[in-house]
Amino acid sequence: MLRKLLVANRGEIAVRIIRAARDLGIATVAVHSDADATALHVQLADEAVNIGPPAAKKSYLNIASILKAAAETGCCSVHPGYGFLAENAGFSDAVSAAGLIFVGPSGEAIRLMGDKVAARSAAHAAGVPIVPGSMGRVEGIDAARPILIDTGFPVMIKAAAGGGGRGIRIANTLSEFEQAFPQAQAEALAAFGDGGLYMERVITRARHIEVQILADGRDAIHCFERECSLQRRRQKVWEEAPSGALSPRLRDELCTSAVRLARAVSYSGAGTVEYLYDEDADRFYFIEMNTRIQVEHPVTEMITGLDLVAEMLRIAGGEPLRVRQSDVTVTGHAIEVRLNAEDPARDFAPFPGTVESLRIPGGPGVRFDSMLYAGYTVPPFYDSLLAKLIVHAETRDAAITRLARALSELRIDGLKTTKPLFQALAADPAVRSGDFHTRWLEGWLEINASRLSPNPEP
Amino acid sequence: MPAIHSPLPGTFYRSSSPETPPFKVEGDAVAVGDVIGLIEVMKSFHEVKSEVAGTAIRFVTDNEEPVMAGAVLAELS
Repeated sequence: MLRKLLVANRGEIAVRIIRAARDLGIATVAVHSDADATALHVQLADEAVNIGPPAAKKSYLNIASILKAAAETGCCSVHPGYGFLAENAGFSDAVSAAGLIFVGPSGEAIRLMGDKVAARSAAHAAGVPIVPGSMGRVEGIDAARPILIDTGFPVMIKAAAGGGGRGIRIANTLSEFEQAFPQAQAEALAAFGDGGLYMERVITRARHIEVQILADGRDAIHCFERECSLQRRRQKVWEEAPSGALSPRLRDELCTSAVRLARAVSYSGAGTVEYLYDEDADRFYFIEMNTRIQVEHPVTEMITGLDLVAEMLRIAGGEPLRVRQSDVTVTGHAIEVRLNAEDPARDFAPFPGTVESLRIPGGPGVRFDSMLYAGYTVPPFYDSLLAKLIVHAETRDAAITRLARALSELRIDGLKTTKPLFQALAADPAVRSGDFHTRWLEGWLEINASRLSPNPEP
Repeated sequence: MPAIHSPLPGTFYRSSSPETPPFKVEGDAVAVGDVIGLIEVMKSFHEVKSEVAGTAIRFVTDNEEPVMAGAVLAELS
């Protein structure tokens, strides 16, 4: 078992990790920037170390500062949380090179899954369905044409050296393709000095479904799926488990394919294999594997009764998986909503400020993971996530009703938050019937923007 | 002396990315509506447009410095 853990993160996830460590009797060290000296994670940890100025680059992304804090406080291990350095292979390597345990996979596994092409190849090799497309780079249009048989239209042409949405073209017909391919090649060469392209089928209407994995480097199990189709600008806002869209047979195929991938790469720790599910075709496709604990992990914890962060810490401490696949079962339905410091009535403009007073929802089946306290000033330098409200009930229907109940109890005075969005969604018939896809919310927001002003509080 | 204030709390940037030149260099003339920098608030970027005009700008806040809402970013003469 780990003896002393440095938590290389801030906000609600730092609080979450400190809680899990303390439950296991592991001593904790928080790190913080100048802007976070009064943060909750600093208050709750056994010790705290200032690692630099507010800019994340100079503090939470400063590997040298973090390793120095770990050495000075005698830590034997580091948990990266999510975001910041969590999927930085160099950080995992640096932690190991310093003689410390990284609570997560090896740098090698992070590097493999961080490389889109390598990850796609690894998934394909493990028998995980991938989005139909080229198996690697396509150098010319003569090599590209036969791939269209697999992809069909619309097809996406991507620069191999691109990223973050840059260098992407979509062709709807063969003639568009004949025109777009050479253009994309010339553009990629000009922009990135590399004319290599990839091709992939465009899946226009899909659900986002992901599988939670736990693995110890020798064996791997799944903890079923989460559905995260309600997204705004590709950011998840509402996550739930299980997905209402999967048949038992497809759920089994999906989850076992994720386990095959984790085993194939000798994965260790908690991870998530993300898929697109094309409901009309009843097919799922691998998108990527996230090699960290995810924001939405609590919905899995609520339906399985597992403590995923505690399991990560046990695995990092050298224990084999404690849970067998047959021990993981689903009870009821859970939903998580992300309360961000954003004003939904003003196109989700960020809203940092001071929490004047706080009323946290409670009662059966309600969990509130947060770094908020009355009097806390939310700094403007980091992510806008303030809290995650998670509800659990016997059925999906009852969970939505419970979510509306818990939201009516929640009061965060002094800040604008995304609470009105979730009140409106919980009351929406399409959400109630589970009839949505990854682009549904953006359309809904265009029609329903006027409903997102805060309601008078009871 | 007219001043340009930060409309929001956050981090001040003088250019749109590390690879691009600054919106304004010391001594540049500024017209009303000119962008003089960006404020990053919770990972979203907002342009800072001058509400005043002047013949020469002098920056008071450095690139990548944290600022409070209302802080003076630059002065004009």
